[in-house]
Amino acid sequence: MSEHVLETERSGGLRGISDVLWRNPRLVIFLLLAPPALWLGIVYLGSLFALLAQSFFSIDEFSGLIQYELTLKTYRELFTPANFDIIVRTVVMSACVTIAAAIIAFPIAYFAARYAKGKWKALFYIGVMLPLWSSYLVKVYSWKLILAKEGILNWLFETLHLSWLLNAYLSIPVIGGNSLSVSATGTFLVFLYVWLPFMVLPIQASLERVPASMLEASGDLGASPRQTFRHVLLPLALPGVIAGSIFTFSLTLGDYIIPQIVGTSRRFIGQAVYSYQGTAGNIPLAAAFAVVPIVIMAFYLWVAKRKGAFDAL
Amino acid sequence: MTPAVRFKGVSRHYGSVRAVDEVDLSIAEGEFFAMLGPSGSGKTTCLRLIAGFDQPTAGEIVIFGENAGGVPPYKRHVNTVFQDYALFPHMNVLDNVAYGLMIAGVPKAERHKRAEGALELVALPGFGGRKPSELSGGQRQRVALARALINEPRVLLLDEPLGALDLKLREQMQEELKDLQRKLGITFIFVTHDQGEALSMADRVAVFNEGKIVQIGKPEDVYYRPEVPFVADFVGSSNVLPPHVVEKLAGKWAHASVRPEAVELIDAGLGADGLHATVHSTAFLGTATRVSLDLDGFSMVALLPKGARIPESGEQVHVKWSPEDLHLMDAA
Repeated sequence: MSEHVLETERSGGLRGISDVLWRNPRLVIFLLLAPPALWLGIVYLGSLFALLAQSFFSIDEFSGLIQYELTLKTYRELFTPANFDIIVRTVVMSACVTIAAAIIAFPIAYFAARYAKGKWKALFYIGVMLPLWSSYLVKVYSWKLILAKEGILNWLFETLHLSWLLNAYLSIPVIGGNSLSVSATGTFLVFLYVWLPFMVLPIQASLERVPASMLEASGDLGASPRQTFRHVLLPLALPGVIAGSIFTFSLTLGDYIIPQIVGTSRRFIGQAVYSYQGTAGNIPLAAAFAVVPIVIMAFYLWVAKRKGAFDAL
Repeated sequence: MTPAVRFKGVSRHYGSVRAVDEVDLSIAEGEFFAMLGPSGSGKTTCLRLIAGFDQPTAGEIVIFGENAGGVPPYKRHVNTVFQDYALFPHMNVLDNVAYGLMIAGVPKAERHKRAEGALELVALPGFGGRKPSELSGGQRQRVALARALINEPRVLLLDEPLGALDLKLREQMQEELKDLQRKLGITFIFVTHDQGEALSMADRVAVFNEGKIVQIGKPEDVYYRPEVPFVADFVGSSNVLPPHVVEKLAGKWAHASVRPEAVELIDAGLGADGLHATVHSTAFLGTATRVSLDLDGFSMVALLPKGARIPESGEQVHVKWSPEDLHLMDAA
């Protein structure tokens, strides 16, 4: 048995470092936070700021060179009919994808949070996460095959003698097209599929924090299941729905690959940014386009906060 | 008079687990009824069956003469105070209390007025603007009570409502609940695992064990005249004497019990009547001292009042009680 109650003789080496850290909890926090703070501060926020700065420059129409003078000229360009059309199309698509994702994700998340136990819970996580393990491009191309005129969906409609229904749908302007794979509906379906896990998981996390007794209390006080959903479950799950919608909304706002592979030739913001900063060499306009999703998201969060979406946090 | 709540052969099985097993029960209107038992004895399940959160696998529950089978909770004129209070975190206290009225479609001004009145009833006037997270445990408990009372239920169910409170507050709330029940005159059904709580508050107590009611009666009956060893042991931790000891003392009975406070200890040197025992350990409880005894391999507890001589551990003593304190039970 040691003679000392306090084991002073065992210090030294790495133990000494441990002792120093134990005595300085602030130092530990500093050491843990410094690398991510540097990463976030310099690389991430820095590039964001550079982007913002670029959008206030303009391009000389004749020489194609960037003029480094602060101006709102580039932003004015966003409101030309052609460009504004791109913004409206992207925002409408993002909103549709977000709303549809929330409607589909809620029952899945509710089942997982409330009823799934053990094996079923594992199955749920695998089912939701599995699509995230495979390459995004492969998934999008698979969807192109599914939605194509020679694809399985068309075959299914033919087999069920429902081709007339599909054709009637595809003949609707704006959302229709030659086949699903070259229609706005196709783009919507692929967006919905690809971003759905980002909606399911936050909703599930928020529902998991609602104790069963709270729903029982609502029923106990006379509320029908519909009223309980409206007055208790939805308000308590709202932070999760908002978190999920931030993902689906902003991911759709910024994506430039899916609409390029599946959908019409009409462009989305991501595609506009991609082409302006690349072949067109119009970095200021590309930057101005890239600012649009940031402004929309900031506005969206501001409204959500004012409406009390985060009160249950 | 129609009983407020009646159980007719009610069972609730979860697979092979018999949470509630053929319970028959009748609770009168205006009664303060306690369901007492260890955790997992089926008392909370019984309460949930009355509230409608769960349906019996067999049997019938009748509430004020009406069969409650298949009636959802929101159509029952019964309200519950939950163990975890289950206050809605996204509403302030006033809206929490007024929730039942809001659901019933009562206009805002009137429901807020009535909710304020309910808060006064539970001694929390002016707390309406706060969020539940800003309240202490005792205050949350009162809000949950006010919320459950706002719909003027004919039966109030309370699921271990005092379990999360500290001792002093718990004693105070016990008295307040009792007063409130007297004032409102409605039926209270109270689930607890705390025998002291059940005995001090209830008009009648049902003792649960393994899904069955093992004894039902007035607190004094359950305390002084246990019908089975489980009740003797669980309600106030009586000493249950095994048959071979009982036979020596009183002849052919299955079991007998002696309350710890009835047990007297006599120094081994003075007289030789009573049973021979060895002191195992002693514990000072404040109002009394608990002495654990070893009686030929069978353990027993004595509660010595203030002023009595406290023996040392390992000391030999004689154990004695007056004959009327020995309570005899049939085989169970």
